[in-house]
Parts: sequence; structure tokens; C-alpha cells
Amino acid sequence: MKQVHTLDRVVIRFAGDSGDGMQLTGDRFTADSAVFGNDISTLPNFPAEIRAPAGTLPGVSSFQLHFANYDIMTPGDRPDVLVAMNPAALKANIADLPRGGVIIADTADFTKRNLSKVGYDANPLEDGSLADYQLHALDLTGMTVEAVKPFGLSRKDASRAKNMFALGLLSWLYHRPTEGTLSFLTSKFASKPAIRDANVTAFKTGYAFGETTEVFAVTYEVAPAPMRPGRYRQINGNLALAYGLVTAAKKAGLPLFLGSYPITPASDVLHELSKHKRFGVTTFQAEDEIAGVGAALGASFAGHLGVTTTSGPGIALKAETIGLGVMTELPLIICDVQRAGPSTGMPTKTEQADLLQVMFGRNGEAPVPVLAAQSPSDCFDTAIEATRIAVRYRTPVIILSDGYIANGAEPWAVPDVAAIPAIDPQFATELNGTDKKGQPVFLPYLRDPETLARPWAKPGTAGLQHRIGGIEKAKDTGAVSYDPANHEEMVRTRQAKIDGIVRDIPDLLVDDPADADGRHARVLVLGWGSTYGPITAAVRRVRKGGRQVAQTHLRHLNPFPANLGAILTSYDRVILPEMNLGQLALLLRAKYLVDVHSYSRVRGLPISLSELALDLESEIDQLEGATA
Amino acid sequence: MTAVDEGVQTAAPGQSYRGLAGVPLALEPLTRKDFTSDQEVRWCPGCGDYAVLAAFQAFMPELGIRRENTVIVSGIGCSSRFPYYVDSYGMHSIHGRATAIATGVATAREDAAVFVITGDGDALSIGGNHLIHVLRRNVNLTILLFNNRIYGLTKGQYSPTSEIGKVTKSTPMGSLDNPFNPVSLALGAEATFVARTIDSDRKHLTSVLKAAADHRGTSFVEIYQNCPIFNDGAFDAIKDPTTSADAIIPLTHGEPIRFGVDGRLGVVRDPRTGAFSVVDVAEVGVDALAVHDAHVADPSFAFGLSRLTDSGVLHRSPIGIFRDVEAPAYDDLAREQVALAVGSGSDDDMLQSVIDGRDTWQVR
Repeated sequence: MKQVHTLDRVVIRFAGDSGDGMQLTGDRFTADSAVFGNDISTLPNFPAEIRAPAGTLPGVSSFQLHFANYDIMTPGDRPDVLVAMNPAALKANIADLPRGGVIIADTADFTKRNLSKVGYDANPLEDGSLADYQLHALDLTGMTVEAVKPFGLSRKDASRAKNMFALGLLSWLYHRPTEGTLSFLTSKFASKPAIRDANVTAFKTGYAFGETTEVFAVTYEVAPAPMRPGRYRQINGNLALAYGLVTAAKKAGLPLFLGSYPITPASDVLHELSKHKRFGVTTFQAEDEIAGVGAALGASFAGHLGVTTTSGPGIALKAETIGLGVMTELPLIICDVQRAGPSTGMPTKTEQADLLQVMFGRNGEAPVPVLAAQSPSDCFDTAIEATRIAVRYRTPVIILSDGYIANGAEPWAVPDVAAIPAIDPQFATELNGTDKKGQPVFLPYLRDPETLARPWAKPGTAGLQHRIGGIEKAKDTGAVSYDPANHEEMVRTRQAKIDGIVRDIPDLLVDDPADADGRHARVLVLGWGSTYGPITAAVRRVRKGGRQVAQTHLRHLNPFPANLGAILTSYDRVILPEMNLGQLALLLRAKYLVDVHSYSRVRGLPISLSELALDLESEIDQLEGATA
Repeated sequence: MTAVDEGVQTAAPGQSYRGLAGVPLALEPLTRKDFTSDQEVRWCPGCGDYAVLAAFQAFMPELGIRRENTVIVSGIGCSSRFPYYVDSYGMHSIHGRATAIATGVATAREDAAVFVITGDGDALSIGGNHLIHVLRRNVNLTILLFNNRIYGLTKGQYSPTSEIGKVTKSTPMGSLDNPFNPVSLALGAEATFVARTIDSDRKHLTSVLKAAADHRGTSFVEIYQNCPIFNDGAFDAIKDPTTSADAIIPLTHGEPIRFGVDGRLGVVRDPRTGAFSVVDVAEVGVDALAVHDAHVADPSFAFGLSRLTDSGVLHRSPIGIFRDVEAPAYDDLAREQVALAVGSGSDDDMLQSVIDGRDTWQVR
């Protein structure tokens, strides 16, 4: 009888060659854990090359999964378990595994040739160099090939099922339900019975191997996490973004027109939206980034909800058209799923360094509202809010996501679509003014006195024919104007319109629990976007250690919430972690004259929660010490 | 909502202009004045753009469609001011991008007649990429390319259609690069309707616009347009009544290609290479002349004819409709896909079930 240990949380990292199916393996383990009721958080990490040379370090693909019996905020800094399918995967990941961690390695790929490819002189599975770890060196490939023999596959095809063997073994080790993966494999390979049977058999054999072998003396249980009642599913950021856009367009009663050009890590939004034509979604794969946003703006002019999806390099190309959207004051949604830059940078790695680009990367005074999603599921809500603002204020709106939340997954309490409030596009249908002769006319730039938004009259509306364009507009009439006073007024009005969106933005809430004496924290940690998870986890750890720290997180980057300035000045120190060299810190310092401390990391990875927690602790201690 | 939902009368395929099927018809006949906006026209005196605008405004009522269902999109350049002067929906957009923006309008709205106004710099230089892609997609819209073979708005630099050796402000020792032949370029992209006309010949210009309206898909119309300030006389050979007979090679579908004073010149096709050349009719005989066929599926016939245009200083050029073939339009197909998918259910419950996905679990 094997022992069962109960754990609160486990972090597993599956690592192998790009072609070893590690992303799929991680995905399935995640889905089974989510359905089981654990809280989950994931970090897929893969090379930009589709198939880098086999067995090399650049070709290593990994998937890290954190699952727990409580609500977790990050995929975990360091794994407890490393599954290494080849020497490169071991070499690339071993430094992250704490001493005492579990290694499950597939011995089949630890050949002399593969070892030397990554610079191992001796086989680390045999030379004692891994003595500080719990090493399980198993011939996963050999056992898989043996198990699937009846299906008559080539050795190559047979060995490809080794990831399912590994998944089966891990599923047994952590008491995962197996029905989900079995039904997934059955439907995925429905048209290829031999492959289907091989994968199912490999999975079951891996599970059975765990049960029967003496290798593992202990198995582990991680109980379901308490969650608010509701219906849940697992979701990643790109999927949530696509669902949010479809829902927003439907709530506005507008057909959605996506003009997009494939780019990592945003392409999945294009893929997903292209599946939802039944909801009136048109997807146009353009010849380039510029045409993508151009067609979207054209569709907005035509009365649709124009959307474009891209990453940083695409934003650079779309800048001129976004400026045209500012000038023509049309609704337009621009999604920037950020990646590490500059230039091509590291396409599959995450970063938050497009903030200043989306804020200011246009000629002239061209203000655009900017919203940032803080987690995978939050992309859904952000898309809906962005659409609400774009339609109400007749303006392009930029949504910032990034590679981390785009590909990372978490459980999501599925919203009730019917309960989401409608968005009223309020198309213009009537003449709204008089000309100099007193004749009724349509004034395309006559503004709503509250929102300063102009009317949106779509082609086909009789009597409302009008011309818009990139040349400065005369107030009200929208005619071409080079009048100095008019330009000044229009520049300031466009800015005032965007600034005025603050009326729709809720005040920022600060999480700052009082201690037993009723005192509050002196240090505030402020974040934006995808750093929410690591910051929240770090703050929890700091508080657990007995220190006080306040936390708040920005979704609205332009305009800022009305109470932000007051919050910043009410703390002795404000620390701002971001995955760039201090871009939001620069904006806050400029706007509020507050000495924000920038905490910046640009490693292409989410900020490490343990590192951040230690740094926060020392900042807090330093501050307390200085004033003690 | 489409025009059909509103119960308005739209032109049905075969009844009227095929390019305008789905566009609502005007309730009462319109006039030139209805297509004239209140904006003062601000081109240089003598600019060829005036003639094109006048021809366009006079022609539009003939189409019988509602002006509010007309959308004109332009890029940047002198000719791109055009939309301001027409009382329809219009967008004066960004340099080179009009075709991309118009693709969005045309795909979104079956009930809109979409025109793109562009120039040689706008369409062929900065917007070259979008031009070839709108042509290969065959989006249902009409492109009027005003070719004056010069940059006017930036005050006189050579353009991608200027002849080699052009001396301009930016090329004091003469330009070095080989020009595009816009018609050849369009045909290379397999455009389904390609024509060339002249700003000053209203009758011909109008006949080409009419044929373009009857074409479903992208209609590409190159208009030779004189810039009296920076490139005056570029098209004199074909405009001067004393030389035009020998300079204009008229293309009329089904007719032998014959021109010149008393029809003395003609065009023959080399059976081996497929290339066309100009010959003396007296030498080869009338029967040897090539007969123009705008409906040949293979674009190389029309491409061959397009090569009869001078690439240097213009002395001779074919004028007329080079190619007019039927092919599915991108926007029609895109709308069909959406309509087909919408037909399989699109209510809130359906959206809810999509968002729910296959694997949900209940927490109580």
C-alpha cells in the first residue's frame, strides 16, 4: 500500500523538445486539474522557431503548471517537479529546480550524441551529479513503444506517444481524474484510430506503471480549492479576449469586423474570431498590419465595430491609422498582445514595454484611451469595457494584454451573457443643426455636451452624407480648416474628450488592511496589467511575514482613475513593479510629481514573486529603520 | 441592417449595373447638383481633376442609386481631395491606404457603392502593396487612379510613373528608376476589370465609368490627367487633335485594333510570343489585325496590349477597356460565409454555450 501525502500546492514543469508535445501535455494536466477543482495558473514557454534543431537548448519547450487547494496568483517561480524528456530539457531547466525537487527523466534520449549536443561530458542521470534531487530515470520512450506495439505504428510514431505515457504517470502520482484526457484523445484522433489507440494506451500504461512499480513510494493529493459558487471553465487570455470582443459587439448590436495580420503572440485571437462568424463576425486577414487596421477603420466608418489585433511591431505600423481614427473620431478597438522588444525582440516571451508606444506613438496630439487586462480571464471584461468606451466616446481604444496572460490559463467563473448590460451605439439619424442661412443641416462634428462625442452617421442614412478625413476639422461642420484658433480648440477638445472618460472609470480601490492597532501600511505597491498575479502573491507573502504593505492595481492607463493622485500621495513610498524600464513610473512621476520607485524586470518572463517579496520586505524594513 | 431588411428597392443582378447589386435605388431621379457638396473646389486652375470631377458628378445620377449609399474613399495627394466635393459619404484617409480602408467599407456594406480616388504616387508608390492585394482579392469597388506622372501636392518630385531621366526638384540630374505601367501592374495582379481613359475626354471617361459600374469586383481605371503646374503637357500627344489619331490606340471589344489617320495603323499579335506590335495596315492587310477581346480569361492577352504604352515620354497609348472578366468578389464571398454561419444560430444562448466551452465544472 502506497502512502498518500496531502499537499497544498504543487508546481510541475514539463520540458522537452519542441516536437515532444509538452504544450499539449501541460494543457491536458491543467484541464484535468481545473475540472478536479484545483485553482490553476500556467506558464507556457516555447521558442519562436517552430522546430528548432532537435535536442538543442534553443529547441526546448516547456509548460509550467501550478495547482493548489487555495486561490493562487502565479504559475510559480520554481517547479517542485521537473519532467525532462531529453538532456537539453534537463540542462535548460535544472537551475530552476530547488534542491530536493523531483526529476522524472526519459532515459531513452540521454544518448551520447544528445548529451554532447548540450555539453554534458557524462550522463547526469548516472554520474551522481543529481544526488541532491529525487531522480527518477525511466525509459518512458521504451515503455511507450512496447505498450503500443499492437497498433502497428512505426517506431517514430509509436515513440511520439511518450508524452501521454508521462502524463498518465503524473496523473497517477497526483491523483488526477483521467476521463477528460481520455475523451480528449478519443475525439482529437477520431479520424486516425491507430494513433488514437496508441495515445490512449500510452496514457493508461503510464498510469498503470505508477501503480505497479516500486519506483514511487508516495503519491500526492491536492484537494480542490474553495471557490465562489458558480460554473467554471479554464481559459487563457487570447481566448477570453476573443470571447469578450464577440460578446461586446453582440451587446452593441454591431457586426464585428476584424482586420488583422498574423503576429505572435496575438494570432490566436484572429484564429478564434474566425470561428465565430455566426455571431456576425467578419475576419479579414490583411496583406499587412496597416491594411488590417485600415480595413477595420473603414468598417467602423461603415457602421460596424472595427477591431484589429496585433503585438508591438504591429502597433508601430498601425500608428498612422490610429491617428486617423483619433481625427475622424470613430470607434475602433486595437488589441496589443505585448511581447519582448524592441524590434522583433523575443516574440514568444512576455513584456510590458509598449505602454509608452500606445500612449504616445503617434504624430501630433493624438490621445487614445488605454486599458490593460490583469489576468487571462480579465481580458474578457477588458474587451467589453473597451468597446463601451470606444462606442460611447467615438474613439479608438487600445487594449494591452501580453504573452504571459495571452497564453497562460486560469479557472474562470463563466459570466452570464444575458446579464451583461447592452451598449447603445446611438447612430445619428437626424439633421442636428442649421447652416448660416438657417437651413437644417447635419453637423458631423457637433458634440454631445457631456461626453464631447460626435455623431456616428453610417452610410445609407439619408440626408446625413458627410466627409471626414485626416485634415484638421472645423468645429461642428467638420469642413477642412487651417484656422489657428480652430486648431487649438480642436486639439484641446479631443484631449478633453479622452480626459472626460474618467467619469466612467470607477475610483481605484486600495487593499490596505489595518493592523491590530488600526494602523495602515506606509508602502504601497502599484501595478498594471499582467503583473497583478505576481504582485498579489508577493504582497500576501510579505503580509504573512508580519509586515504591512498596501496594494492597488491599474486597469485604466489613460485616463487614470480620478483618485489616483490622492492615493499616491497618501503613502510614504510607492513601489511600481513592471516588465519594462519604468514606463508607468515615468508617467506617474510626470503627472503627479510623486517619487514613484520603479521596480523593473525585463527577462521575458513574469516577475518572480519570491524575489519581489524579498525586495518589498527590504524596502519596508529600510523605510521603518530610517524613521525608527 | 441591410437595405433589403428595410424593404427598399435595390438593383437586382441582371436588372441593372452588376457592380451595384444590393445598393438601394433612388426614389426620385437625382441630378448633378445632388452630387455636388457645399465645399469650394481648390485645385489649381487648369488641373485635369476638374474635368474628372465634373464627369463623375454628371455620371453618378445615371446609376440610379441613392447618394447616401455612395462612399468615396481617397488617400493623400491632389486628387484625393475629391471626396470633399461630392455630396456622398466620404473619407479622405491616409497616404496609400485608401484601398485598404475601402476594403473594410465594401466588405461591411453590401448596400454601398464604393469608389477609391487615388493618384500615381498614392496608389503605386506608398500604396502599391494594398493596390495589388485589393486587385487580387477582387473586392467590389471602383478605383479611379489619376495618373499625372508627377507628385503635385508635394510640389513636383518625380513619381513612380515618371519617365526615366525626368528632371525634377528631387532629381536635378534626371530620375533613374524605371516607371510602372499602371495597367500592366493591375493586370499582373490579375485585376478583373482594367481600363484606361483620359481626363479631357468626358464621353470616353463616362463610358468607362459605366462599364466599371456594370462589373462586379474591382474595377481599375487609370485616368491620364494633366498637371498644368508640375508636368504640363505630359499627355499632349494623345490630347492634341492634330496628333491624337496616331497616338491613341482605341480598344473596343470585338473590333480589330486599328487607328491612325484614315485607319492606316493597326495592331498585330505575334503568334509565337503573344506580343503585340503596331503595323501599317497597308502592309499586312486588315485581316491580320488583332481583334480586341476584353473577356479572355487569361490576363496575358490584355497584358500584351498594355505593353504598347510608351514608358518614356508618351507618344502613343492604348485607351479603353483592356480586361473585363467575371470572377467572384471577395466581399460577396465573405458576406456569404457570415450569412451561412449566422443561419446556424446566433442568439444569446448560443453565445453562452460557446463561452461555456466543453469542459465546465460547477462549484457549489
